[in-house]
Amino acid sequence: MLHRYPKRVPIMMLTLTAILVLYPLWGAALIGDGSEFFLEKLTLMLILGLFAMSLDLLVGVIGLVSLGHALFFGLAGYTLAMASPSYSAASLWWMMPLVMLVSALSALVIGALVLRTRGIFFIMTTLAFGQMLYYLVSDASFTGGSDGLFIMFKPTLAIGDLTLIDLENPLHFFYFVMGVTLLAYLFLHWLIRSYFGQVLDGIHDNEHRMQALGYATYGYKLAAFVISGVLAGVAGMLAAMQYGFANPAQLGWHLSGEVLMMVILGGMGTLFGPLLGAFAYELLHYAFEHLTVYWQLLMGLTIILIVLVLPKGLAGLILDPPRFRLPGAGMKGLFRSGPAALFKARLGPALPHEHDEGRHYE
Amino acid sequence: MDPVFIAIQLLNGLQYGLLLFLIASGLTLIFGIMGIINLAHGAMYMIGAYLAYDLTLRTGSFWLALLLAVPIAVVLGLVIERLFLGTLYRRDHLYQVLLTFGLILVLNEAQRIIWGNDVQSVAVPPSLSGNITLTDNLQYPVYRLFVGSVCLLMAGGIYWVIRHTRLGIVIRAGAANRDMVEGLGIDVRTLFTLIFSIGVGLAAFAGMLSAPMTSLYPGMGDNVLITCFVIVVIGGIGSIKGAFLGSLLIGQAATFGPVLLPALASVIIYLIMAAVLIIKPRGLFA
Repeated sequence: MLHRYPKRVPIMMLTLTAILVLYPLWGAALIGDGSEFFLEKLTLMLILGLFAMSLDLLVGVIGLVSLGHALFFGLAGYTLAMASPSYSAASLWWMMPLVMLVSALSALVIGALVLRTRGIFFIMTTLAFGQMLYYLVSDASFTGGSDGLFIMFKPTLAIGDLTLIDLENPLHFFYFVMGVTLLAYLFLHWLIRSYFGQVLDGIHDNEHRMQALGYATYGYKLAAFVISGVLAGVAGMLAAMQYGFANPAQLGWHLSGEVLMMVILGGMGTLFGPLLGAFAYELLHYAFEHLTVYWQLLMGLTIILIVLVLPKGLAGLILDPPRFRLPGAGMKGLFRSGPAALFKARLGPALPHEHDEGRHYE
Repeated sequence: MDPVFIAIQLLNGLQYGLLLFLIASGLTLIFGIMGIINLAHGAMYMIGAYLAYDLTLRTGSFWLALLLAVPIAVVLGLVIERLFLGTLYRRDHLYQVLLTFGLILVLNEAQRIIWGNDVQSVAVPPSLSGNITLTDNLQYPVYRLFVGSVCLLMAGGIYWVIRHTRLGIVIRAGAANRDMVEGLGIDVRTLFTLIFSIGVGLAAFAGMLSAPMTSLYPGMGDNVLITCFVIVVIGGIGSIKGAFLGSLLIGQAATFGPVLLPALASVIIYLIMAAVLIIKPRGLFA
């Protein structure tokens, strides 16, 4: 786990944040009529970024590959839809804690079961539990079956009669989502570097050794699973607010696979990577959708390609940029003699330079 | 419930379970020996069903279609293994999950491009389209009996290969300790290609057999994949015996569940899995 990034990372992230914050200034000018629509897409990307970061805590930090993470995402949407009154808006002051509580409890129960397994079993059981809820929700009548439930009004954020942020306004909602995502990023950033995060990192490297050192690793993993589930739930609630409905697809395993792909595309274990990954994945998605009705074919091929050639994702490119040697740079020393010189000439320049700035990327 | 009805449900469950075993056995072999988690296994089941549909239309005979479709499916498995999986054996499961997830998208979309979005069906071959009369008003379709017996024969064949042939020895040894088998001079790379092709070939064959019994639709393999995951988790990964007993158990649960516990019909197999995880987290036969 890399704990301090080279300066270019915060600079790049701050620049991107600034660009997003200033969207009202450039959006209409650059995109024109579609700028409202694109704002909604950007909001969705931020939400998915939050979702991907929550999964990164499991996949990147602890090394637990969950293929059922959409369970918490979709469950939160349904919680919001079912707890909201039909003809008026709910208050976010109690909707948010409710969603977090439901997510935490479900993550506690499911985590307690799935964390009894490891490796491939963990992948299969998370997938199966996700699908269990999927079928439960698509078959039951109180959840609206396969049509899902509508959320007529977005919850309000108000003190008394004073509306703090008007969430019905797309731009305000965008800023609200951005604030939540930023808070979640800072929280996870702190968490990973805390004592708790160090233990998780240790579990990633060698769980048996951590146990031998006296750590109750099961409890640590369960706590992380709950935190991850709660954050995924917050993302799911925001997504349901954005869509205006809760639908079985929001907890299906295709979404779980997609969010896993966002984490890898961005670069797992780096936190800022999955955030970038969500944007990159969604941008690709829209580009392909415009190109052809068979966009899933292109998406599938892209996923395969990324797995084969870019396993460390975008963050890997940023943290350890590929350096292109000038032609002839490897020729230096060719005319020296002696075995040491020959060895250097042959192997020296080709050695990887992974220990950039004294740390290495994992 | 009257005994005839129970007997029919038992038969249905047995036949469904045996069909599931064809798919689950490939899944568990591919994991047990190659260490690969193959999410595209369900998609291969779908491809098998659509191949049967397409070739039956073209040739006019379901049997000829079967004869042609099996080699096509096996070759497809061979190509996938050689093209994509070769680089993944030494890497984390995560990348196998993603790559095979990408394969699902590609195969699903390929199905849509070739055969379209419409729901299709395959006619039961005329020679097996009859019914066996059980009582005055209860009949059992001959085709289902046929599928059950074919699957049983296949299961017997798999058992024989694994127990009594040289290939079976290598497979069992490979599941126990891959590196040791490689060290003993067995060409593991070829073995992997063989196992993968046979494994997905079995899944596709199951799809072909079930084509006349179910409707064909895009993404039809997803449900099957997840059901087979449940079976493999229950039976223990890499265990053929576990996959067999798990398949029979899930087959019965899936047929009796809707009758006995209608409220829990869709989740009953997951509840069984949860129970197994609580009692034996590594599966019943691992």
